[in-house]
Amino acid sequence: MEKKGGQYCLEVRGLVAGYDGTPAIEGISFAIPPGQMVGVIGPNGAGKSTLFKAILGLIPRQQGEILLHDAPALDQRAMMGYLPQLEEINRAFPVSVEDVVMMGRYPRIGWCRRPGSHDDEAVRQALARVDLLDHARTQIGRLSGGQQQRAFLARVLAQDPHLLLLDEPVSGVDTTTQHAIFALLEELRNSGKTVVVATHDLNCVVERFDQVLCLNRRVIAYGPPKEAFREDTLDQTYGHHLMIVQVGDRRVVVADEHRH
Amino acid sequence: MIEFMVAPFEFGFMQRALVGGVLVAAICALVGTYVVLRGLAFVGDALAHAAFPGVVIAYLLKGNIYLGATVFAVATALGIGLVSRRGRVSYDTAIGIMFAGAFALGVLLMSTIQGYTVDLFGFLFGNVLGISRRDLLLAGLLGALVVLTVVLLYKELLLLSFDPTVAEAMGYPVQALNYLLLGLIALTIVISIQAVGIILVVALLVTPSATAYLLTERFFRMMLLGILLAVLAAVIGLYLSYYLNVASGAAIVLVSTCLFFLVLASRRLWIAAKSAPDPAK
Repeated sequence: MEKKGGQYCLEVRGLVAGYDGTPAIEGISFAIPPGQMVGVIGPNGAGKSTLFKAILGLIPRQQGEILLHDAPALDQRAMMGYLPQLEEINRAFPVSVEDVVMMGRYPRIGWCRRPGSHDDEAVRQALARVDLLDHARTQIGRLSGGQQQRAFLARVLAQDPHLLLLDEPVSGVDTTTQHAIFALLEELRNSGKTVVVATHDLNCVVERFDQVLCLNRRVIAYGPPKEAFREDTLDQTYGHHLMIVQVGDRRVVVADEHRH
Repeated sequence: MIEFMVAPFEFGFMQRALVGGVLVAAICALVGTYVVLRGLAFVGDALAHAAFPGVVIAYLLKGNIYLGATVFAVATALGIGLVSRRGRVSYDTAIGIMFAGAFALGVLLMSTIQGYTVDLFGFLFGNVLGISRRDLLLAGLLGALVVLTVVLLYKELLLLSFDPTVAEAMGYPVQALNYLLLGLIALTIVISIQAVGIILVVALLVTPSATAYLLTERFFRMMLLGILLAVLAAVIGLYLSYYLNVASGAAIVLVSTCLFFLVLASRRLWIAAKSAPDPAK
């Protein structure tokens, strides 16, 4: 996808956001050029989900600007695809997997109109990319956790957004699904999409991501993982939630996801 | 048998009751699909009770009871949204406060009328047999408005019901759509008051749709099946009302309730039979 206008796909300037006057994140500034895969890391409560929700306008923004291709992001929300950390859905809701994926097409179809053959094709392609074509007509709640996650990812694909905001897309899914999802995200990145992923898997960030944003209520570091991951930045990001484990002569960084 | 089927409808009031009952039942089931899937049964019941003072005031002023009911039901729908949107009072508490208060106002006003009990009974429990040509026309117009809205906003209301967070993230005006849905529920209730009354309308709003929910895993089919079951209940209920000389609204509701338990029991038996070990082995 070609760039529209400016240099950046997403630009966040001086963002302060949170509920009830107590900001959960403060002074957040960063900019992402198109076609990059960015990992957002930080301990639980660091504000990763808050950051995503603020970008999407799901929680109040107290200060700052969020720009998508140099224009206010909130005016072009259909251009942002969102995968929430926990889909708070009724699993017994009477919709099939293809119905759910079709929902990603709704902003493009527009108000009061029915999906056309073009939309059916887009849904089929999205399902094929997450390997769920065989389950197109399965009721959504009958899928396993990993399959459901792929179905919701397919909804984002069907939406065909410029920017993908994925909040811990691989937490709680099996290793095979994790690899499949990351491979798919790399494909998307290579086709020009901007992919922002909140994750706990630091080693995966080092291996696969272009940039990393270390977050702990504010931006601790932002840059290519090899530069941003230093002892001091990781320490500031994770505090005592971070453990450094000696494995032979390799030092492995481990984020303790379970402590709050 | 044919005589048995046709005889009731030789009367004009029974013909109107049939048209009115079927219309009301179908629209209730259409909107009821959303009520069941979003868990809005309590809201529906509250809106129905809140319409009561509107009905009484219209009755006292000799105005149109549909108009009175609409004003109060819609105002309450908006009020519930406003009270619960911010602050520490939870959604269901806000509803409890609003509807009991409004209902009490209705009862208070009603009690100022001499010999009020007969009319009160009519509003609370409805009487589809007493539906007039004019009532039918109004119910038809309001019903058409509800159906048109659901047809036009089918996609949007489906997404809102399934995943409001993602709907909002995509830029849909979720708050406005929620109010619209409450408004549709309010209108549906207004249409139904003459037929089944304020107390029983929630049954038509949830029972046929809940029955349909047991039978299918597709949204559109649930909607159609719910409408079918509601119409069936309305027709059987009317026959019962005619031949057994019992209250029409209550008869329709009870048939609907029986259908629900029938389907629930069959489903349980079917699931048990499917999972039971094969006796031949």
